[in-house]
Amino acid sequence: MIRFDNVELRHGERIVLRGLCGTIETGSLTALIGANGSGKTTLLRAIAGLHPVASGRIDRDGVAPADIALLAQGSHLDRSFPITCRDVVALAATRLGPFRSIGRDRMAAAKAALGRVGLAEMASRPIEALSAGQFQRVLFARTIVQDARLILLDEPFTAVDAATTRLLMSVIHEWHAQGRTVIAVLHDMDLVRRHFVHSLLLTGQSVVWDGLPGLQAA
Amino acid sequence: MLDFLLEPFALGFMRRALAGCLALSVAAPPLGVFLVLRRMSLMSDVLQHGVLPGIAVGAMFAGLSVWAMGLGGVVAGLVVAVLAGWLARRTGGREDSQLAGMYLLALAAGVALISAQHSIDLTHLLFGNVLAVDDAALLGMAGVATVTLPALALIWRPLVLESLDPGFMAATAGKGGLWHLIFLMLVVLCVVSGFVALGTLMSVGLMMLPAIAARHWSDSLAGQVRVAVLLACVSSVGGLILSYNLDIPAGPSIVLTAGGFWLVSLVTGPRGSLWRQAIPNA
Repeated sequence: MIRFDNVELRHGERIVLRGLCGTIETGSLTALIGANGSGKTTLLRAIAGLHPVASGRIDRDGVAPADIALLAQGSHLDRSFPITCRDVVALAATRLGPFRSIGRDRMAAAKAALGRVGLAEMASRPIEALSAGQFQRVLFARTIVQDARLILLDEPFTAVDAATTRLLMSVIHEWHAQGRTVIAVLHDMDLVRRHFVHSLLLTGQSVVWDGLPGLQAA
Repeated sequence: MLDFLLEPFALGFMRRALAGCLALSVAAPPLGVFLVLRRMSLMSDVLQHGVLPGIAVGAMFAGLSVWAMGLGGVVAGLVVAVLAGWLARRTGGREDSQLAGMYLLALAAGVALISAQHSIDLTHLLFGNVLAVDDAALLGMAGVATVTLPALALIWRPLVLESLDPGFMAATAGKGGLWHLIFLMLVVLCVVSGFVALGTLMSVGLMMLPAIAARHWSDSLAGQVRVAVLLACVSSVGGLILSYNLDIPAGPSIVLTAGGFWLVSLVTGPRGSLWRQAIPNA
């Protein structure tokens, strides 16, 4: 489980989030919602250990950095880079170091992940040939091969059509069924109501757990 | 015609220059491909100017010793690389004007330091002098190539990932900074090792021009590296032949040849060239 103990997050001098207490259970499926600038992305990055906690504490219950997958919003991935979809995914499958090879099993895992998101036939195509939706699917395939216990998704359905959203949502449900903890920043309230058991609503500097009207209780 | 092509290499110093330039042609262009992909082309400018004061200081203490000047160049290059990285972080990516400031300052300081020592010909240092390619200079070029290629092979995958998606690299606890630093060290070594034959202002040309041209020929990283190495080798041979026959310094001659390949690639290459943009489905 992830335990928040009076967490305060800042951007420079500005307080983004204050007084966050509570827990997110292991294996739960949680939506992180709130207006723009309410600190959703910052909180997600803080959970991943990529943003400093100004005061208080986030306890990840022993989940190591290598066991966390973060799919960043508008990924900084350079889409003009001359690399194939399969290689993008395969590069994430291994903890990189000078003497570790990617190997056949990693390549097979990368291909299987691309197949899961419906891009099997695009595996050897360069990434610059992809549409926005296909690109997001490649990033999901990369998240699949990371095989992480804690999966953090920052607005994963931006610039993605309805059919792709359905496909990617099924991947998220699969992660949930496998017992992984999934936390996703979302804007589409309808999607949150239909698919997410828990929610965490950030409103300015206060926090409401399961605060979405009509959300089913766990 | 055959004389035009072969006569230059009947001379010992031309053969030494050729061997050295071919060694650099194999080692430097792959680094150039990464510099282009990481949008760090300007960085190569900064480094080529940045090594000059170091070379001058080396010459001040040890005279015209290739090793002393090379060591000075490497130290200065590393200082400039680290300083440029620090400036980039401090200015949030808006570092281009600061980098321009740095390289102007470095060039002026280098020229001033060298001019103060009357034993050194500034033109030779800036634009190369194949006559000066002695055993030490040749060993330097070959040695740097020998170190660069295996080192690049070792850091290849992390470097690809760090160039492709630095955010992901940081998030997965990869040591992005370490690979970046090793990469910059290799770039500095290659720039410095070429200065005797090609000159400090021109040795970056063998690294960057074939790499920029290669973008127009292949859509895979390995393909771009192969094309860049091939173009660099042909430019080295062609440039040295022109240099001998037309009596111009080797540095500009090789860079002009590589520049010719770049212009041809820019206009007619199969990827993103002017011709492709004009007639997309040809």
